Amino acid sequence: MATYNLNINGQSLSVDVDPSTPILWVLRDHLGLVGTKFGCGIAQCGACTIHIEGSATRSCQIPVSSIGNNKITTIEGLSEKGDHPVQQAWLEHDVPQCGYCQAGQIMTAAALLNSNPSPTDEDIEATMSGNICRCGTYTRIKAAIKTAANSGSLS
Amino acid sequence: MTLVRTTFGRRAFIKRVGLAGGGLVIGFSWLAACKDATPEEVVMMPDEWFEINGFLKIGDNGMVTIMSPNPEIGQNVKTSMPMIVAEELDADWEKVFVEQAPLNTDLYTRQLAGGSQSIRQGWESLRMAGATAKHMLKQAAANSWQVPMAEITTAAGVISHEASGNSAHYGEMASAAAQLEVPEEVEMKENKDFSIIGTSRKNVDGKKIVTGKPLFGLDTYREGMLVAMLVHPPAFGMRFKSMDAASVKSMPGISDVFTFDTYTEGTRMSFADIATFNTKVAIVGESTWQVMQAKKALNVEWEEAPDEAYDIDLFGRILTTEYPSGKENSDSHSLGMAETATRKGNVVRKDGNVDAAFKKAAKVLERSYSCPFLAHNTLEPMNFYANVTEDHAELIGPIQTPEFMEKSVAARLGLTLEQVDIQMTRMGGGFGRRLYGHFLTEAAVISQTVKRPVKLVYTREDDMTFGNYRPAYYVTYKAALDENNEMTAFLVRAGGIPESPLFANRFPAGAVENYQAEEFTIKSNVSVGAWRAPRSNFIAGAEQSFLDELAEMAGKDPIDFRLELFDKAINNPVGENNDYEAERYAGVLKLVREKSGWNSQQNGKHRGVAAYYCHNSYVAQVLDIAMVNGQPRVDKVYSAVDCGIVVNPDAATNMIEGGVVDGIGHAMYSAITFKDGAPQASNFDKYRLIRHGEAPRGQEVHFVKNDIDPTGLGEPPLPPVMGALANALYKANGKRYYHQPFMSNKPLLG
Ligand code: FES
Ligand code: FES
Repeated sequence: MATYNLNINGQSLSVDVDPSTPILWVLRDHLGLVGTKFGCGIAQCGACTIHIEGSATRSCQIPVSSIGNNKITTIEGLSEKGDHPVQQAWLEHDVPQCGYCQAGQIMTAAALLNSNPSPTDEDIEATMSGNICRCGTYTRIKAAIKTAANSGSLS
Repeated sequence: MTLVRTTFGRRAFIKRVGLAGGGLVIGFSWLAACKDATPEEVVMMPDEWFEINGFLKIGDNGMVTIMSPNPEIGQNVKTSMPMIVAEELDADWEKVFVEQAPLNTDLYTRQLAGGSQSIRQGWESLRMAGATAKHMLKQAAANSWQVPMAEITTAAGVISHEASGNSAHYGEMASAAAQLEVPEEVEMKENKDFSIIGTSRKNVDGKKIVTGKPLFGLDTYREGMLVAMLVHPPAFGMRFKSMDAASVKSMPGISDVFTFDTYTEGTRMSFADIATFNTKVAIVGESTWQVMQAKKALNVEWEEAPDEAYDIDLFGRILTTEYPSGKENSDSHSLGMAETATRKGNVVRKDGNVDAAFKKAAKVLERSYSCPFLAHNTLEPMNFYANVTEDHAELIGPIQTPEFMEKSVAARLGLTLEQVDIQMTRMGGGFGRRLYGHFLTEAAVISQTVKRPVKLVYTREDDMTFGNYRPAYYVTYKAALDENNEMTAFLVRAGGIPESPLFANRFPAGAVENYQAEEFTIKSNVSVGAWRAPRSNFIAGAEQSFLDELAEMAGKDPIDFRLELFDKAINNPVGENNDYEAERYAGVLKLVREKSGWNSQQNGKHRGVAAYYCHNSYVAQVLDIAMVNGQPRVDKVYSAVDCGIVVNPDAATNMIEGGVVDGIGHAMYSAITFKDGAPQASNFDKYRLIRHGEAPRGQEVHFVKNDIDPTGLGEPPLPPVMGALANALYKANGKRYYHQPFMSNKPLLG
């Protein structure tokens, strides 16, 4: 066990866990941030996607010991009021079915739009193909990403 | 308006009102629900709630809480069921909270998610609940204003009496209404007067989903809770022999390692208790990661299992589930089905004489189709929270069949039904997997054993390698055409492991003079269960591909060819018990023909069509493929759907779009195969699910408008798309696809 001071959603949080513990389980089991989901544990589904220094990362693959001072953003901290342009677009298109994959989809989409504010269909497909939606909401995810891109409110 | 006696669920209403006594009741799970309330919701909270009946309560400020009785698995019933209540109540939808009801068999009927039946079966009682409450509010207003109730009107949560100029919002009459007797009769609206049903309303949990609020079973955390995981046999046909528990008990955070039986003698009751691997190892510890490490480190010895069989109650019919001994292989599964299909099966339906007709035929076509086992792969793996004490069991998690599980888990724990409390969480997908609640029982038995609250968590590997899979199926079709290219005979011989996918009375039964339906089954110890649109999820695609090839042989347009057959079934039906309405079937085909522009030239698009009827609804689809870099890519899918009244059109559209993606994905890419009983895929690296870049680039969904009470929606869009896909692929590259998954390098079957 070791103590780690983590910078998560702009807050400094401390946990005492085994160094090999993936940040996914630190968030879920130790910090009560359960918006980040467990789907596969092997970097195949994207349900656990968070931002580390702004890039979309599979949290099931990152041991807590490797985080250091890097800033982590989870779905809970993507926006203060749940009104990030991607979240708004998701509501506008009523994307979710079961909803389980959607936090990961939103985090991947938000990072995509950060680095590429006007993605083409191909860009969206290439980036979003790492996130499985078992309910098959891909059609709406694509539409919502385009709406967010065109909303003019991406910072 | 229609006058309806309040018989449906009347017992429930009376009971609640009686219980309410003075009329004031604080919502029983309201405080629990508040925890996740968004800031906007907190502002709208009333000071007091008045329970009018088991489905709804009204706040002093006019807010309405509607209980959603059925489990939510992504089919959006948590929005659409309350919409039905709100319609008859004349509520202001903007002032409605929705709460997931707990399991309560006194109050609600059929708290089950499965068979695309939630809305269909809940329709009457939901409307009745709203209408009864509205009646009581009006009565309360009439009493208070001393005016005739017949002169009182309601709209958007407001009660008015025009002549006297009185008006009040529902909250002002709620207290008085809650004390009134339940009326003998209530008025229900005419369909044409609907103002909420038939309009698109957003998912009531949408904001919580996109902000990552705890909604799912796996998100359950309680003070003092431990995490439990299982180790189950690595292959079907194996069972537990021994283990070296001591070596992992000392690992950090681990508190217990033991074996247990999920079911004991007499505690397996209904179909919801179907599961293999009865004896399993439980590992219990402080955190998920620690338990995962112990699970990896544990050494277990397994041995071959003997033949096993047990009886369960399938809606009043005794079903024997058999698991013969042995370690099975997919190759022998395939050969076994193909070989069995060469012989005559068990004849289930026979019209005319197919043999004689085949002898006289001008042309005969015979083709065989197959599909592999499939895992459900809900994105949220199986899990359940259990806190079992000597006289109480609190069980929280994702379950499609709470009513059924309550009985068997109570028996297993030695508790009474009253001592078992099951709460349903939003489910991260179901697709049939969570009809089988062994994981609920496992969590309960583990909690009872360690005397602590536990959350049982399956890893993806546990989830994928532990049935209950979609069975493997096989079908051979044979049809005859006469010299005028009219179909004169149709033979279907369908079988599978361990069940047959045959629906003997579905189309084209009734549309052909000589028809024969046969089936066969092959036993297996691979455990199976319902998977989205059971049996239809294979047989529809096979049948629709065969009809496509037959239409081609007849030199006819595939839609015209089908419509001719429906004409026959309408004007001159053959046999009895034909399980479809040919007009509605033809209706969706005509609608999709029009909406897709079927008869106009499509440049660079290769089109396939299919139609199917299941779960009381009709769906026809046209699927376009474009070749991109030499690879087929689904470009667009048009769906025409007849599911009666559509409660929430945009949500229904979402459901259909999802079913289309699901159907294309599984037909193209997915399979679970076995070697010496061991599943050959255990996670998404080997098990291929459709990805974003493989989904259709666009979809259009069109509904047939009619006044028929709502029918199924969760399942019907999936089966036919597999046929439309196969038929479009043929147009794209000249190859007929008979064996799923179409895009595997080596055919898995046949
Ligand atoms: S849980 Fe991390 S990618 Fe699936
Ligand atoms: S909405 Fe269910 S997995 Fe994506």
